[in-house]
Amino acid sequence: MKRLSPFIEWGTLLFCTGIVCFFLFVILYDIISRGAPSLSWEFVSSQPTNGMTKGGILPAILGTVLVTLTTAAVATPFGISCAIYLNEYAVDSWLTRLTRACIRNLSGVPSIIYGLFGLALFVQGLKMGTSLLSAGFTLGLLSLPYIITTTEEALRRIPASTREAALAVGATQFESIRDVVLPTALPGILTGVVLTLSRAAGETAPIMFTGVAFYINSPAGYLNQEFMSLPYHLYMLSTQHQSIEVVRPLAYGTALVLILVVFLLNITAFYIRYKHSKNGG
Amino acid sequence: MVDEQIILSAQQVNLWFGSKQILKNIDISFAKNSVTALIGPSGCGKSTLLRSFNRMHDLSPDARVEGQFLLDKQNLYAKDMSVTQLRRRVGMVFQKANPFPKSIYENINYGLKINGVPKSERDAIIEGALKESYIWDEVKDELNKPATRLSGGQQQRLCIARTVALRPEVILMDEPCSALDPLSTLKIEELIIKLKKDYTIIIVTHNMQQAQRVADKTVFMYMGEIIESGNTHDIFNNPNKELTNNYVKGKFG
Repeated sequence: MKRLSPFIEWGTLLFCTGIVCFFLFVILYDIISRGAPSLSWEFVSSQPTNGMTKGGILPAILGTVLVTLTTAAVATPFGISCAIYLNEYAVDSWLTRLTRACIRNLSGVPSIIYGLFGLALFVQGLKMGTSLLSAGFTLGLLSLPYIITTTEEALRRIPASTREAALAVGATQFESIRDVVLPTALPGILTGVVLTLSRAAGETAPIMFTGVAFYINSPAGYLNQEFMSLPYHLYMLSTQHQSIEVVRPLAYGTALVLILVVFLLNITAFYIRYKHSKNGG
Repeated sequence: MVDEQIILSAQQVNLWFGSKQILKNIDISFAKNSVTALIGPSGCGKSTLLRSFNRMHDLSPDARVEGQFLLDKQNLYAKDMSVTQLRRRVGMVFQKANPFPKSIYENINYGLKINGVPKSERDAIIEGALKESYIWDEVKDELNKPATRLSGGQQQRLCIARTVALRPEVILMDEPCSALDPLSTLKIEELIIKLKKDYTIIIVTHNMQQAQRVADKTVFMYMGEIIESGNTHDIFNNPNKELTNNYVKGKFG
């Protein structure tokens, strides 16, 4: 039995890893094999035509990129500031513990709830209408708890001796954070931000009520107008279109482009971390 | 030495972390241009005492300090004493070398910059500090290299250079050699003896041979109290107290 047990342990782990990878590869294979034929320069660089049955998805790609940038502009400064306050300044009291618990719970709220909240607050309450800006703010709210948590973790990894080094040469606490702690933690913070944004880029529910449209006639890019986006385009093409069979190749093409965009963001995060570990700091 | 000038002193010092008392009734003074070693077993409060001289406990919310600390007749914990000014005058070298994750040049430049030293003067000060810390010859051609690539001993000498660049009056050293190999330790010890000419040095050490090699005065602490203090030679060779004798002879600790 004793001789067998390493093989059982090893086998169980291998089996579980295999199952996970198996599904990943099946999904990737399915999407790539069926999406690749519709991928072309024209597909990613032109407007959809003939009721979505022909043409490309350029407005959806632009919309996804722009809404992700808006999300970043909203969530990153607030999230990082909040994490700095919680980790560097706030004393350990019932209030900060409550705040942390709230943030943890926020990250568990289903994304459709964020969509409804964004509809009530930004679209109607603040009269921003269904627009790129409303959707960006809503996705920003969704991203905040993740950015706060990952930033706080990155800050916590900076050892006390690094902070003390700055204090010991006469830096104030603020100077020590600005000049030493933040630059040291930056790669970790950026990795967290990029991974969070890549998740936000793929969300459908929060933007459904707040700004995304199936088709817009005007060029994309106006903050106060509705926009197209890849995940919503994919959802419409695969479930809501009147001739689903005709647009199926386009739907797979859209899925592949969406995966590539998210993959690109993830690669960026890995690159940041790799560069950091090579610099050894 | 009758005419020795006291630069730093602490009277009736008590210090608590939460409800636990770490330092009890400490009375101590340090003569200018001397090296004083604080020795004692782990947990005796020697590092805590050291860190109270540059107010490193300020950021621990549960630390409470009582008593009078005087640096050149100024009260360290007075309301009008700027803590950043104080830390410039009382520099610190840590147990583990902790250079900033920046270039060698920037490591020293940073302290000068935030203390408002004009840019035109900095290059000369940086070169001087590196020479003073006997690391100039090893790094002069690669001042833009990340400081983290240096060896442990070089990093610690860089940290000393960073401290002396600010021309402090007192330098606190918290077991500066505990993570270093014997050769690097020797270099740091030679450096300490040379620095004595311009600075007052207080060094916490676990290494009793090191205390005998570098220190003029030695203070033996146990359980948060000063048991005995005096000339290093007397403390190690004919101490007054039995406890001191047992410690320096290696019977406990």
